[in-house]
Amino acid sequence: MSLKLKKGVNKQSAYNLRDPNLDYEAAHTLSIIVDNESGVLARVIGLFSGRGYNIDSLTVAEVDPNGHRSRITIVTTGTPKVVNQIKAQLNRMVPVHKVIDLTLKGKAVQRELAIFKVVGTGNQRVESLRLADVFRAKVVDSTLKSFTFELTGTSEKIDAFAELMAPLGLNEIARTGIVALLRGDNSS
Amino acid sequence: MTQANKITGAEIVIKALIDQGVDTVFGYPGGAILPIYDELFQQKKIKHILVRHEQAATHAAEGYARSTGKIGVVFVTSGPGATNSVTGLTDALMDSVPIVVISGQVPTFMIGNDAFQEADTVGITRPCTKHNWLVKDTNKLAETIHKAFEVAGTGRPGPVLVDVPKDVQFASGCYTKKNEINKTFIKKEPSIDLNMLDEAINRLELAERPIIYSGGGVINSGQSAVNSLRNLVAGTNFPITSTLMGLGSYPASGKNWLGMLGMHGTYEANMSMHGCDFMLCIGARFDDRITGRIDAFSPNSYKVHIDIDPSSINKNITVEAPLIGDVSHILRTLTTRWKERGSKIKKKKLETWWKSINDWKAVKSLGYENSSNVIKPQYAVQRLEELTKSYNRFVSTEVGQHQMWAAQFMGFEEPNRWMTSGGLGTMGYGFPASIGIQIAHPNSLVINVAGEASWLMNMQELGTAVQYRLPVKQFILNNERLGMVRQWQELLHGERYSHSWSDALPDFVKLAEAYGVKGIRCEDPTNLDDCIREMIDYPGPVIFDCLVEKHENCFPMIPSGKAHNEMILGEQTEDNRISDDGAVLV
Repeated sequence: MSLKLKKGVNKQSAYNLRDPNLDYEAAHTLSIIVDNESGVLARVIGLFSGRGYNIDSLTVAEVDPNGHRSRITIVTTGTPKVVNQIKAQLNRMVPVHKVIDLTLKGKAVQRELAIFKVVGTGNQRVESLRLADVFRAKVVDSTLKSFTFELTGTSEKIDAFAELMAPLGLNEIARTGIVALLRGDNSS
Repeated sequence: MTQANKITGAEIVIKALIDQGVDTVFGYPGGAILPIYDELFQQKKIKHILVRHEQAATHAAEGYARSTGKIGVVFVTSGPGATNSVTGLTDALMDSVPIVVISGQVPTFMIGNDAFQEADTVGITRPCTKHNWLVKDTNKLAETIHKAFEVAGTGRPGPVLVDVPKDVQFASGCYTKKNEINKTFIKKEPSIDLNMLDEAINRLELAERPIIYSGGGVINSGQSAVNSLRNLVAGTNFPITSTLMGLGSYPASGKNWLGMLGMHGTYEANMSMHGCDFMLCIGARFDDRITGRIDAFSPNSYKVHIDIDPSSINKNITVEAPLIGDVSHILRTLTTRWKERGSKIKKKKLETWWKSINDWKAVKSLGYENSSNVIKPQYAVQRLEELTKSYNRFVSTEVGQHQMWAAQFMGFEEPNRWMTSGGLGTMGYGFPASIGIQIAHPNSLVINVAGEASWLMNMQELGTAVQYRLPVKQFILNNERLGMVRQWQELLHGERYSHSWSDALPDFVKLAEAYGVKGIRCEDPTNLDDCIREMIDYPGPVIFDCLVEKHENCFPMIPSGKAHNEMILGEQTEDNRISDDGAVLV
């Protein structure tokens, strides 16, 4: 690929490679408060698939049993224009009460939980336990040939742990997807 | 509540509809909705129109809703009844028409068992309704129906569906009145952004080449929005154009009227859109039929967009000043504030702008070559317009060339007089819509301008028209072709006319006679006026088979992938061939 430098530019700065008129795609974490009624998740997912939006991660559970409200956390990727469309489309739905863009709203705590099954013996097994300790992963099940670890953290941390476990006999992973809340004492 | 106060689910449905002021329902019975039909039989307040296919019921309800401003109501049974309503629901969603479909469903204990005539109706209709509900508890039935009417009619209107299993219709439950429901589910209209409004007014005052582009939202917003729009145009002397859905909000005889814009809009409307420096978009959504090539759309204008639906803002075209809210409310505020500030406009510049517009008008982009031995479709529509415009008249259309000619050559002085399938482009819309319109306006002249291919898609509704003695006039421009498809094949596909002619057509006059209605055939331009008068004067349904020029193309036209200022005005030249990029667009 040839470098596309703008006319009059003599320094090869990386900034000059970027077309200022092009919108760049970025990941956004959306927190959506919905009525916990049948079909509500299908509505939200149907909106994403029907209009061709991305879903990178999705979690849902009831968070207010008295008010029958659930929180859906979706990580999506798109240009600012697309992300604005997604939010407007979500807000249009009858069971949707609130859509919060945690990526724009400020700092948010974003966490994921994952369970790893690592199978091995001898040094491999010892090494996996040692690394688990470094990552503060918990052993939640074990046999003579395996450990099952539970790890909570950012997605990056979970990715890093998975990468380290791969040569040590990583057998299976289950991940929850991201849950997130805004930092500070305000509710979003 | 005691047992004595309880009524059956079927009774609840009828009671709720009466509570909502419904007097007409379009529908078709079947196994899973029999209890509701049984209740319908035992009352006199609601009139039921038996259609011949459920799709027609939804289009009739659309015609009824759009010509009255009320909500259209439909009954269908489970399974095929519900799936047949999908096209009408999608059509209503695209064109923001409020209809409520009540569908029967297999009993709750059989749902999921692949029961006879079972379909996942709420699943199937989820993406083609504004909202839908499956009611599993008779006690919640009344509340759900009232909610359905609220959702359909408020904000940006649209279709909703309530799926009612048969056991819920039989079981007894409590009735909730219309005004007793919890309305927290209704989305609140945001208050007007006054800073944005003032900025828009600043630009309006400084505009040298302004244009107002209005859409169906003005009509949906009601008569007061229409009045505000007319006042604003009169006050500013700005030129105005409308989308296909917006025709009638500004009178076609008005002096500021430029005609429809878009793919088959007038030259003056499209050139004004391209050259303007200030665009006021009111209740329209920058649809691809309007904009042409997005990156060349009105390149030098400051754009104000008034829309009740925030998701319409910046969807296709980025605008400088979005104003979210009801058209009538925002236009009234805008006009009042503009007047308070001294009703300023750039008068001299505006005069110059009108001069350019009048030059574009002089091109007479709707011109065509008439003929003395064959009826040109444009001429047929022109004569129809001339001979019917003095009547209390409502017009529906099917989809295709005839639809565009009707939009170009018929003039609408008032809103709610023009019913056509815009967003979805549903062939087969017009005939059942004309039935819905005639039901709502029994003493008016209702004409469906049709093409023979579209009309055949719902021709079974002749039975409905005869049964209810509806004097709907089916004005069929018969070119024995799928005209618009044929036109695109000529322009884009090397004149290879793949399956675009209507072979084995019926004799429309005999078809009319088979149903006991009047059939008129006309193929001579000199007889056309007499035939049209005969159609108008006949006190019953008429099928008018107007044999027209077979290879007429609909112009002007913005070819796919081209900008407003690259319109084709007449027959094809080498310069305006559609590019390969354009060819992939629809």
